[in-house]
Formats: sequence, C-alpha cells, structure tokens
Amino acid sequence: MTIGLPPYAEILRVSVELEDGAPPVLLMPFADDVLGRPGFLHGGAISGLLEMAAIAALQHALEAEGGGAIKPVNVTVDFMRGGRDKPTRAAGVVTRLGTRVANVEATAWQDEREKPIAAARMNYLIVRD
Amino acid sequence: MAGFDPQWFATRGFGGHGAALGMRYHAHGDDWAELALPYDERLIGDPASGVIASGPIITMMDMATSLAIWIKRQAFVPHATLDLRVDYLRPATPGKTVIGRGECYRITRSIAFVRGQAHDGDPGDPLAHVAGTFMVVGDVAGMGLDRRIEA
Repeated sequence: MTIGLPPYAEILRVSVELEDGAPPVLLMPFADDVLGRPGFLHGGAISGLLEMAAIAALQHALEAEGGGAIKPVNVTVDFMRGGRDKPTRAAGVVTRLGTRVANVEATAWQDEREKPIAAARMNYLIVRD
Repeated sequence: MAGFDPQWFATRGFGGHGAALGMRYHAHGDDWAELALPYDERLIGDPASGVIASGPIITMMDMATSLAIWIKRQAFVPHATLDLRVDYLRPATPGKTVIGRGECYRITRSIAFVRGQAHDGDPGDPLAHVAGTFMVVGDVAGMGLDRRIEA
C-alpha cells in the first residue's frame, strides 16, 4: 500500500516504515524544528506525529474496505515521558471501524515500544467512497 | 506584569518547533495569551483542500496555554503537558491566519488547568476547542515531583 503524507509531515521530517499486513510505523528524527524546551521534543510535534500515525492506520484499515474520506473530530493526548534527543516512532491501532465513525489509538515511543512517551485517542468521521 | 512578560518572551523568538511553524505573539491579559499562526503552505495537512494540519494548531494551543500559566503564575516555571484534548469544530479556512487563545483558569502548586479556543478571524466562530493540564517539572517545594523529565 502507499501512505500519502501531507506537506506538514516534511516539517517533522516524518518517514514511513512499512511491514506487510501491519499498520505503518512513522519515524520522526530529532531536529531543531521539533524542539520544545531545550533538549526535549515539543508536545505539539509529538501530537502531530501521533495524529499522522492514527490517520495512516485508519487509511490502512479503510483501504481493505474500499476506502473513504477521513475527518478528525477530536484528539486527547497523554504525555508520559519527555521526548529526548533521539528518533521517535509512532503507530496507530484502529480499535473500532464503524460505518461512519472510527475510534483510533496511537502511541509514540523512543527506545522501547513498551515504554511510550505519549499516547493519543482519536475519533474520526468517515465518509465512505 | 511582574515576573513574566509574554511579549518579551515572544520577541526572543519561540525557537524550535514554534519557529519552524511561523508562530507569533498576538495579545495577552491577566490569565490568558493569544498567539497567531499565519497561513503557510508548508503547514497543509490536506493537499486537496489546502486546509492546514491539526498538528500545528495543537502546538499553538499548547504554547498559548503555557504562556497563560506563566502569566498567571507571574513566573517562568518549567512545566510539562500532562494531557491535552482538542475538539476540531470545523476546518481552518485556507489562506487565513489562525489565532489561538489559551486561558489558565485554575492553578495549584504543581498542576495548572487550562482551556482555549482557536479561530481564524471571528472569535464567535471558533475552529477548535482545547482543554488540558500541565504539571510543574523539577522539585516543587521538596516534593520531588520530577518524574516528567525522566526519559
């Protein structure tokens, strides 16, 4: 499958790691452009990465059902650890894909996937093709 | 404003991610701050419509609510975002500057409670609503509340 990333992804320097059948993993390198307080990632950059991972997972799930347009309704982000000066990965999980609404969760991590630096829950409206 | 002047803070530049997005100071009061995010094609999240991504709006609201906390505290006390919820009421209008207003409505020694709205010209027609909490990092009066800065 192909994942289309928007221009905003270039500010975060996001790239996609694809594995057959699995939801895509997004990779964001550490850079000045994603810095918040000195030495730490900006929470907004982490949130942007989480949202992109959620949408990528949803596109991945929707593609199997004929596709559709995705409209964000809301997002709640929990920040668990400071993001340090190393690469950050994020992936989404579609917990429910309904006819009109999808519930998606996403986590971001650095060293170990089991130790997330942030997690998000999102609701999306879906307009089926 | 004793202790913390957001305008002075902003003239030093937001640096890092805020600077990369082109974020600017707009206005402030006793417990609130407004930032401006001029429209920029680099911020687009939906190429078909030209609507900017939601990530830059979260970043602006995170920063506007942070400034509101430091204004209310009358001091620059480092803190970390504990959680942030954003409701996307409508898409931002392509070409228009987005204004983000953050308000700190309750503060304790270690936690600050914030809310805010974003609009693109008419405050009565907001495009996003935000609610969140921040936690002071480092040692708060010997309470050792420093888990937030551990990697």
